[in-house]
Amino acid sequence: MENLTHTLLAVPLNHYIILSTIIFSIGVMGVLVRRNAIVIFMSVELMLNAVNLLLAAFSVYNGDASGQVFVFFIMALAAAEVAVGLAIIVMIYRNTNSIDINVLNRLKW
Amino acid sequence: MNTFYFIAFLSIFFSILVITAKNPVHSILYLILTFFTFTIHYILLNAQFLAIVNFIVYMGAILVLFLYTLMLMNLNKGSEQPKSNLIKFAAVIGGGCFLITIVAALKAFGASNPVILKDPSLGLVKNLGKVLFNEYLLPFEISSVLLLSAMVGAVLLATKDTKTAA
Repeated sequence: MENLTHTLLAVPLNHYIILSTIIFSIGVMGVLVRRNAIVIFMSVELMLNAVNLLLAAFSVYNGDASGQVFVFFIMALAAAEVAVGLAIIVMIYRNTNSIDINVLNRLKW
Repeated sequence: MNTFYFIAFLSIFFSILVITAKNPVHSILYLILTFFTFTIHYILLNAQFLAIVNFIVYMGAILVLFLYTLMLMNLNKGSEQPKSNLIKFAAVIGGGCFLITIVAALKAFGASNPVILKDPSLGLVKNLGKVLFNEYLLPFEISSVLLLSAMVGAVLLATKDTKTAA
């Protein structure tokens, strides 16, 4: 296992950053393009995961375990966020019979 | 080394499918595949604890929660009418600007060092547990309070209030 990862890990750090940036911007585009509230939530998850991957890559790069602990905390935060967010979406659905975010434009002002 | 690029390609491919799929259920299934490729990335970085947690918490718990919500509310009709092409164009420009900024900044820095694992036990449970319970003990305890409050909040929000009838 250790030999396997040693031979595999010769990827430049820049490529990890570029991969995470691409996935993060895909998440941004998803938030902006879609109208379904649940798909928007999934795009936010995509962004969180891109950051997680980058933190793990930096942690390995610097040989510091703190980065991976931060990823652990972000995962706990994401779980809490998803629970509250989905509850809010359920309430929106009960009140408006739709999860299209354009119904929520009364929150605009 | 080529494994990384193959898995990276799969991550990008599936995440594009997540935001383009018409049916929300297909979106969630593609998101599960995306997170699976992330798990493989963690294994390639020898972050075994994160790989397992990603697999169990994200793929096992969070996405099943998504799927349950979608199916319980019977929202998988795919009746979402798309936004106008102008908004789609603006969204792609907005996301692309961020991407181009970061990539240009990286280009300005020039070549980077390869990511090499100096300490093979870095991402193992034993090492991470020591760091977590020595340096990060207080944040760890506070995160338990966060989870508790999130649970209470979710139950409070999702329960039907008969008295006020919002």
